[in-house]
Amino acid sequence: MLFYLKLTREAEHRIERVLYRQGKIVGGVYVGRGQEAIAVGSAIQLEDGDIALPSHRDFAAFLIRGFTLREMFLNWLARGEGPTRGRENTNHLGSMKLGVIPIVSPLGDTCPVACGTALIQKQRGGGRVTLVYFGEGTTSRGDVHEAMNLAAVWKLPVVFICNNNAYAYSTPTERQYAVKDLSVRGPAYGMPGVTLDGNDVLAVWATARQAIARARAGEGPTFIECKTFRMTGHSAHDGAEYVPKVQLERAAKQDPVPRFEKSLVAGKVLSAKRVREMEVQIRQDIDEAVAFAESSPMPEGREAVEGVYCEEKCYWKTSVVSGPVSVAPAEQRRP
Amino acid sequence: MAVLTHLEAIRQGIWEEMERDPSVFLIGEDIGVYGGAFKVTQGMLEKFGADRVIDTPISESAIVGAAVGAALMGMRPVVEMQFMDFIACGFDQIVNMAAKIHYRWGPAVPMVIRGPSGAGVHGGPYHSQSNEMWFVHTPGLKVVVPSTAYDAKGLMKASIRDNNPVIFYEHKFLYRRIKDEVPEQDYVVPIGKARVAREGADIAVIAYGAMVWTALEAAQELEKEGISLEVIDLRSLLPYDEEAVLASVRKCNKVILLHEDTRIGGFAGELAAVISEKAFEDLDGPIVRVTSPDTPVPFSPPLEEYFLPNAAKVIDAARALAEY
Repeated sequence: MLFYLKLTREAEHRIERVLYRQGKIVGGVYVGRGQEAIAVGSAIQLEDGDIALPSHRDFAAFLIRGFTLREMFLNWLARGEGPTRGRENTNHLGSMKLGVIPIVSPLGDTCPVACGTALIQKQRGGGRVTLVYFGEGTTSRGDVHEAMNLAAVWKLPVVFICNNNAYAYSTPTERQYAVKDLSVRGPAYGMPGVTLDGNDVLAVWATARQAIARARAGEGPTFIECKTFRMTGHSAHDGAEYVPKVQLERAAKQDPVPRFEKSLVAGKVLSAKRVREMEVQIRQDIDEAVAFAESSPMPEGREAVEGVYCEEKCYWKTSVVSGPVSVAPAEQRRP
Repeated sequence: MAVLTHLEAIRQGIWEEMERDPSVFLIGEDIGVYGGAFKVTQGMLEKFGADRVIDTPISESAIVGAAVGAALMGMRPVVEMQFMDFIACGFDQIVNMAAKIHYRWGPAVPMVIRGPSGAGVHGGPYHSQSNEMWFVHTPGLKVVVPSTAYDAKGLMKASIRDNNPVIFYEHKFLYRRIKDEVPEQDYVVPIGKARVAREGADIAVIAYGAMVWTALEAAQELEKEGISLEVIDLRSLLPYDEEAVLASVRKCNKVILLHEDTRIGGFAGELAAVISEKAFEDLDGPIVRVTSPDTPVPFSPPLEEYFLPNAAKVIDAARALAEY
């Protein structure tokens, strides 16, 4: 899990603070700086046949499910050979083979879709589950409420994971909802609701484990609120001047990445030397993926009109993206 | 061949596809135990079971979204909107999720959203709308609007077998009023092919849905006066059969564009643009529209009658155009 935490932090650093500032990434840039532990602690428990619907701030979930760094950077850099062939930006990429369904920008839309995948998983048996991620701002959308109700009524194997990062763009939580903890929404619909420290990857792991086990056992959905903090602007163009400095300072002390690293080193699970080696490897992997993506061609403009419909001669059947899968060794996938 | 109502033909189309393909299932409000507000899905719960005929809470957005999720899992959901007016509650899932998934990242999204639309039954503003143009303006969707029982069944089968999201408009006025011969053997009416509902020589009338019958009624009346209308039934609006429209215009040299939908932004506007781009030299008169006015659909019978296009309005327009 530390590998994915550090890999995500470094990859998103490269995206937000290097490639974007160099003008190489165009359009919106949304990263999950400060909230990486949520996707890492939960998605790492998924198996083949499970489905994840990550939010735009869950970069780690894509890697954990099997997207390569090359594919991620091809997409961010708008390349024609990327997973969306230049049609989509940021983390809006998916693959039913890998079990990843991306968000659409009207956030919350993935919650009903998660009910659909979970419905079919339930009908087919086999204990497959769906995890859907969204922010606290998104919980104000009707789709989230419709989906939570539906999931509870049908006892679907879906886990609702709320990344409560304190700000929805510029809107703080007290202007978003009127309860102390969003987890009260769970029981309101007839499912368990849990609030936890989303910067503690082990706490996320443990609670997600219970919720996933519950879903696999056919006992229905769970709502998990992971309290965290968005340690950056809404997007790269947003200086987030509306966030009080004291909050950012407090968040820095709670930063999930050094926090987990320190606990592993202090507990002698990992040596400091091993951590440094991991960091070197991560930087090399990212360098390689960025170089690969940068040398890859942009799409031809005329491709814009292709593949609107899935017809016999399907545009997408020719899409092949290759590259080594950046997956941590098995022992690092366990906490 | 059996004579079936429009509604029975739709039911038979769905029924046969469910027998043929286990990935087809139904989802919607009151469709199972109750058999649907108009009884389109009557008997299906008993035949196919609760896993394939799924009653839902009143959550159009969640219903459409769940259907998208199921479609991504390889299923072929058929969603019922109790009234097409309520499709607005699932609009975002249709236009931002279902319509764009294939273009954005590749997978097929085979699903049908079907339900009763249209006025003429005193349903008032929320049980009468013809809102097909909301979706015709959304690339990635298909929009189907049958007028005969034969087409309703054949287009339903084509829609269920299609690998894209299809919005299927059933005109509630036709449900039990229209009957025609429907083959018992399997057949498909391809989406995107128009039908010449009546051959004529003087004026082409391009229509779809219930208005095809209005056009035919007008044609019968005008025949007595020596005005010959050709009636084209579009059958689908996205994609639509441009060739058939242009061929009829080139043959008759005059055209009336007829729909029950309101005027501004209605399909007639698009047709008028295409006709003037591609058949301008063939026109011997102005392109004429007969549509509803730009108002909500009113309830009270005299108001609704005033609102709706009918044979008399088509006849008036045709007489004027014939003299031009």
